[in-house]
Amino acid sequence: MIDIELVVNGRSQRVHAHPLARLLDVLREQLGLCGTKEGCGEGECGACSVLIDDVLVNACLVPVGQCEGSRVDTIEGIGADPRVAALQRAFVDVGGAQCGICTPGMIVAASALVRTRPRATPAEIRTALAGNLCRCTGYVRIVDAVAQACGAGESEGGA
Amino acid sequence: MQDGFVGRSVPRREGHDKVTGATAYVDDLSLPGMWHGVTVRSPVARARLLGVELGEGVPWHEFAIVGPDDLPGPNVVKLIDTDQPLLAADEIRHCDEPVLLLAHPDRAMAERGRAAVRLRLEPLPAVTSLDDALRGDVVVWGRDNVFREYRTAKGDVDAALADPDVVVVEGVYETGAQEQMYIEPQGMIAQFDAERGVTVRGSLQCPYYVHAALVALFQLPPQQVRVIQTATGGGFGGKEEYPSVIAAHAAVLARKAGHPVKLIYDRVEDVRATTKRHPSRTHHRTAVRRDGTLVAMDIDFIIDGGAYLTLSPVVLSRGAIHSAGPYRCEHVRIRARAIATSHPPHGAFRGFGAPQSVFALERHLDVIAARLGLDPAALRRKNLLQPGEQTAVGQVVREPIALDRVLDRALALSHWHERRAAHEAFNRSTDGPLRRGIGVATFMHGAGFTGAGEVHLASVAQVQAERDGTLTVLAASTEIGQGTNTVFAQIVADAAGLPLSRVRVGQPDTAVVPDSGPTVASRTTMVVGTLLRRATASLRQTLRDAGLLPAGTGPVDPEVFTQAVARYLADHEQLRGEARYEPPPGIAWDEKAFRGDAYASYAWAAYVADVTVDLRTAEVRVDDFVAVQEVGRVVNPVLAAGQIEGGVAQAIGWALFEQVVYRDGRVANPQMTNYIIPTAVDTPPIRVEFMPPFLGDDAPSKGIGELPMDGPAPAILAAVQHATGAVPTAIPMLPEQLAQVLQEAQS
Repeated sequence: MIDIELVVNGRSQRVHAHPLARLLDVLREQLGLCGTKEGCGEGECGACSVLIDDVLVNACLVPVGQCEGSRVDTIEGIGADPRVAALQRAFVDVGGAQCGICTPGMIVAASALVRTRPRATPAEIRTALAGNLCRCTGYVRIVDAVAQACGAGESEGGA
Repeated sequence: MQDGFVGRSVPRREGHDKVTGATAYVDDLSLPGMWHGVTVRSPVARARLLGVELGEGVPWHEFAIVGPDDLPGPNVVKLIDTDQPLLAADEIRHCDEPVLLLAHPDRAMAERGRAAVRLRLEPLPAVTSLDDALRGDVVVWGRDNVFREYRTAKGDVDAALADPDVVVVEGVYETGAQEQMYIEPQGMIAQFDAERGVTVRGSLQCPYYVHAALVALFQLPPQQVRVIQTATGGGFGGKEEYPSVIAAHAAVLARKAGHPVKLIYDRVEDVRATTKRHPSRTHHRTAVRRDGTLVAMDIDFIIDGGAYLTLSPVVLSRGAIHSAGPYRCEHVRIRARAIATSHPPHGAFRGFGAPQSVFALERHLDVIAARLGLDPAALRRKNLLQPGEQTAVGQVVREPIALDRVLDRALALSHWHERRAAHEAFNRSTDGPLRRGIGVATFMHGAGFTGAGEVHLASVAQVQAERDGTLTVLAASTEIGQGTNTVFAQIVADAAGLPLSRVRVGQPDTAVVPDSGPTVASRTTMVVGTLLRRATASLRQTLRDAGLLPAGTGPVDPEVFTQAVARYLADHEQLRGEARYEPPPGIAWDEKAFRGDAYASYAWAAYVADVTVDLRTAEVRVDDFVAVQEVGRVVNPVLAAGQIEGGVAQAIGWALFEQVVYRDGRVANPQMTNYIIPTAVDTPPIRVEFMPPFLGDDAPSKGIGELPMDGPAPAILAAVQHATGAVPTAIPMLPEQLAQVLQEAQS
């Protein structure tokens, strides 16, 4: 067990954990940040997506020992950025969230796009979200929500 | 009511919590002193269980351990039959069958315990295919491995098939198992208290199914069993019947441990142990005139039920009723069987048997069209049911259906004729590896329970007025992503004449809500929504009868309403409106003859898929998808379209990506790494359109949840056939399988 210092959602945190403990478990169990979900535990579904120093990762694959001194941003914190808050609103308005279990990861993954690629095309959005599985929506409204938040206003169709 | 909320895309009620990560699912919850449960399972498909040994190096005295002898009541999963045990006692009947339960305060230690248990097993012959089961050399259920058989017939099929003026076309079509793959794995937290009884909370679709299972197991009065649904991360049928097993396991562990117990499946365990869509095989023999008129259909429909009966008879029944589709045909004979094998039981999955039989029929129609040289859309149009005509089981369609208009709209939106010609020209002229095709499917889906099911359920829903003038919806229907919370609020707000903000929809808790039946069969909006409208009207009537509210059904001033409620509650303990299900007049189903009014209403649809096939890799890409349907009145267009889009994507997965590999009866690919569901780049834009209701703007709403599962797979395979000339007859059609089909077509 070691002490690890990291900045989670803008706040300095010190956690005491095995260096190989999954970042996912440390976030959920030690820091009480349960918005990051576990869907598969092997980096396939993206429900545990978080940002480490602005890089999108699956928290189930990251040993917490690697996070020493890093910034970790989760669904609980990223809405502080108005562009991400707009993305979250778009998900509600357009119908991008159904059961909601993939939604935090989906929004974390899309937040990177919203921040860095305004006017992303639907094809770019689909590629950017290909690491996040959703079983409810068929992705149509997720893509629309991200497009809306990117300011593209471009829709692929739908009702 | 043009100015109401019904018909408008009001935002999802719990949307904000979901997009901010605030929604708590079962694994996000923790109770004081909570232990962690695990399930020890069989590694083999069939064996005599001789003993269970607890290995060395584990502090077993710290564990709660539950075997079949430690249950408080019958060792039975309460469903249609009593053949399935909660824990295998003498004989193992399928891989990953639960054998022993463990709980420990530390999750990692619980896992160590699970790994240290050894089962002493004497192998028995297993039945791992439909062919083996039908041959009957090894019998694993009853006398002949047949769980249930239904037969129904009208006209004279044999004579019609022998008519020299018809063409007889025969075909066999198969569908594979499909994993629901909700992104939230299954899980429950249970508490046990000798005085207060059992409380479980978890991820589930049907609170009263779990309740009934726990009442039977613990032999407690119903009020001492409490089931609370937590936010549920997808269900699709997978959380219809199986949660009863997990709840029972968690509850008996909690009783043994004297602590709350959390039992969460990881992905591998969930895929291996829980139910999947029934694999199927359908044999069609059809007599058709040269102009495409259907004369006779002889249908043999078989599903693989797995090792226990579970819900297979009901899945079979729905599949059989849908097997002849929305077509006119004078002579029809259907034989349907649910077969026992040594697979883990197959169960509820969106569509519930209908997608399997619809796939077979629609595929068969394309084979017929090719044989006769007809346009597949024209062949369908020629045979579509008209108002007043009978379905295969003798149900007279009373609605003024116009399925030809639905088909026309789908063909127009997809530019069927132009694209069909363009694809054919492209395929003739190209030197490259790509081929293009377009395919169509027309179908119906009956909503609500089959036959007399809704009458037996006798569902109840209530609306309660609170002192602050708000209304609380009391229903057992669960929000599992499909929009129950929002749709119910819209319906109740309109019936009450109040703003949406005055209606609350809580999390179902059997201590609070009546039994509105299960959240299945596309019945929530149609059946329970109607009950809530009636319950709200009844509540309003109570206030009117008390002279506290003016007459009328239109909008009410919220302040007037609040005052009326306050005055009523000054003299009464509570104010509730209640409604109980009543069948529509003139509906009758004869279960024995398997004939009659199978469903109170049907949704009608025509779907078109446009695909590209790469002949080098045998990959199929769905480029465009058009889904047109008539579903009565649409309560919330955005949520409704979301249901259709999601169902289409799941069906694309079933058709092209998702293969459950059983090896010796065990799922060999129980991970998201090797069981592939579609990603955002695998799915096309899905163009959804709802037709104006056949019964006009005030038409009742029909169920829609399952409908979109029926049409995509046959439409996609039809498009593959159009693109390549090969005739794929089975799904999933992964590149490996299509490569073989293409090769066979060449030789």
